[in-house]
Amino acid sequence: MVSKINNKKSTKVSKAVKKAAGSYQKDKDMLIQILLDLQSMFGWLSREVLTEVSEQLEVPVTQVYQIASYYKAFSLMPRGRHIVKVCMGTACQVRGSPQLLNIISAMLSMKPHETSKDMRFTLETVNCLGCCAMGPVVVVDNEYHSKPSTPALRKIFEGAR
Amino acid sequence: MANKRLSSTKELEEFRKEIQSKMDPGKQIVTVCTGTACQTYGSLEIYQKFDYEIKKQGLESAVVEAKATGCHGFCEQGPVVVIFPQEICYVKVKLEDVPEIVSATLDQGKVIERLLYEDPLTGERITKDSDIPFYKNQMRLVFGNNRYINPRDVDDYIALGGYGALSKALLQMTPEQVLEEIKKSNLRGRGGGGFPTGIKWETTRNAAGEPKYVIVNCDEGDPGAYMDRSLMEGNPHGVLEGLIIGAYAIGSHEGFIYVRQEYPIAYENSIQAIKQAEECGFLGENILGSGFDLRVKVHRGAGAFVSGESSALMSAIEGKVGEPKMKYIHTAVSGIKGRPSCLNNVETWAKIPLIINKGAEWFNSIGTDGSKGTKIFSLVGKVNNTGLVEVPMGMTLRQLIYDIGEGIPNGKKFKAVQTGGPSGGVIPEQHLDTPIDFDELTKLGSMMGSGGTVVMDEDTCMVDTARYFISFCCEESCGKCIPCREGLRMLREILTDICEGKGQEGDIKAIEDIAEVMQDASLCALGTTAANPALTTLKYFRDEYEAHIKEKCCPAKACKALTSYYIDPEKCTACMICFKNCPTEAIVGGKGIVHWIEQEKCIKCNTCFEVCPPRFSAVRRVSGEPLPLPPAPGTKVTREKKR
Repeated sequence: MVSKINNKKSTKVSKAVKKAAGSYQKDKDMLIQILLDLQSMFGWLSREVLTEVSEQLEVPVTQVYQIASYYKAFSLMPRGRHIVKVCMGTACQVRGSPQLLNIISAMLSMKPHETSKDMRFTLETVNCLGCCAMGPVVVVDNEYHSKPSTPALRKIFEGAR
Repeated sequence: MANKRLSSTKELEEFRKEIQSKMDPGKQIVTVCTGTACQTYGSLEIYQKFDYEIKKQGLESAVVEAKATGCHGFCEQGPVVVIFPQEICYVKVKLEDVPEIVSATLDQGKVIERLLYEDPLTGERITKDSDIPFYKNQMRLVFGNNRYINPRDVDDYIALGGYGALSKALLQMTPEQVLEEIKKSNLRGRGGGGFPTGIKWETTRNAAGEPKYVIVNCDEGDPGAYMDRSLMEGNPHGVLEGLIIGAYAIGSHEGFIYVRQEYPIAYENSIQAIKQAEECGFLGENILGSGFDLRVKVHRGAGAFVSGESSALMSAIEGKVGEPKMKYIHTAVSGIKGRPSCLNNVETWAKIPLIINKGAEWFNSIGTDGSKGTKIFSLVGKVNNTGLVEVPMGMTLRQLIYDIGEGIPNGKKFKAVQTGGPSGGVIPEQHLDTPIDFDELTKLGSMMGSGGTVVMDEDTCMVDTARYFISFCCEESCGKCIPCREGLRMLREILTDICEGKGQEGDIKAIEDIAEVMQDASLCALGTTAANPALTTLKYFRDEYEAHIKEKCCPAKACKALTSYYIDPEKCTACMICFKNCPTEAIVGGKGIVHWIEQEKCIKCNTCFEVCPPRFSAVRRVSGEPLPLPPAPGTKVTREKKR
């Protein structure tokens, strides 16, 4: 049973990698761009994806892993269904983003960079989203919220199943 | 869009006339800012609603057009809508205001008072955007075009005279003449380094090896800075035109635009701009019939602050880990794949067409002795008018913060302004009259950097600010060299201890010693400048450090570990607001019963302090002194609620 699922998955993975690599003519210089495409396709980069990229591009898997672990855009762990991003840019910082993060962290009982066990939420921090006028900002599933109150936050999180 | 590749100045000018003739000057145009900040306030929906309402009210044929533009810069007042040719500026526009704007203003020519900008100092309503103090005191040479242009349509840029500089450079000037003009203009790199652009170009031009590369650095990593993004999103052709002129002067036929992964709109707009430029004959082979070729590709970054450093960025373009290299040989000589590579910041490239059009002499007439031209700043933090501002070099910090930014909100007191991002430093009140340019701010221990300007008020703790920037750099350090990696780690430990009340005698000396080693021995600019925030806060706010260490007191009452919250039983009216807003249910009490905080449940999130109505001001922050005892449970309210 397990192997069956894996086989199914791996053809899916291999097709996706083929597609991503193909759009850059399998150019090894485009490794980062290919991984970015795969990251947005799967939401994270599994071991399978990394080995597949290594095989198809003929790049050592260590090099693929080095890139995937160095850059922040890549996640080597599965992420939750809802992504909560708190902006920690300087403008938000002076307008109280540490307190906001503190509140959200307490409400979700999670530390930053953690994913809840039921895979419902991933709590992340970002360095500046470029909308400093709204600070402090939290982004839940690409919806921006400017300085949300505690009751507003409760509502947002309850709405995210 | 031109229906064929333009192959001479004559064809370009004819095409320009054709576009301009279609634009009836009597026709009203509604421009809706769709920069990132306004978009988050829902400006895209507002734009669509305009489009819909204009058709619904039957105004589309003769009078009106709605246009989605890039960032106008006045982010605090978003979404911003400007109606041309009257230049009526409406701020904080809501979706439900759109039908009224269409019927009253566009159809009947009436101005809607309530949507106009209100000057917070005089209470006066201002109709024209150019009369608003925020805009009035600026000199928007590069950034001003954003509000006329649909970034997805090359025609708008051409109508404003776009690609005229390109045709002048390619068809009337030799590469040497272009280079000479840029050198004479004394343009310095806007990314923060301030290196003379002409000299950089010349180095790459004279370096041996082919192909040569030209690169746009749009890996804007400084938190609190977003001017490159707004240019790349709002006027990509302006940047591209500068890049092509530069490539011509340098003799390069391959270019890159490196865009930060967090900027998806900038990425899409650059790709679109390249495509349109190729179709119009501004890119590709035989540009404008000049015989000069250039191809440009867009690369996305993958989220690494240090990748904005030139050698690291070039490694990232090669598909490798973006770590800086030792620059025994400058990247202008040996960059991408060991070839000469000229990297400039977005804003630097965007200034090139202006210089070619108006001449080096004109550019030299603006600015200070050492820094010419204008600079875009992102004015953010505790300031009334948050936004992007373009001003001539030499304007003072006070003018920037008080004339354009219109001061500090909520009557708070100014404490310091942080410039230059994580490599910069803080500048206190006594130096506010310093003119802003590359050299003056460096003298104060800070730097101009890429233009991030974060205003801080009395509620910001300077030790915590230093800790914030140091931990930012600590996480972003690539770890390749020891002074940066270990120095930052140690600095972070010491600063965190001080903020948590565990500071010891000797900590300040240790910070200074570590900073000195980092400045001398780090590999790249991230390490050599990373200690600046700690050093400048120490230089100007040493007393705050000492209060933290000796008295275990945070004077700004911002450091969590040193601050407690307390509800004054004599002032509390039991209004239940803090009770309802507390995220951890740490506040007990009820109707008519004085509230108090269970200290063991309190996470010190400042919520109760913020929500307590100012007329009561019952919540107090206490630091460095013992907390008063709570009232007996069930104490009745003594203060009258009604006032």
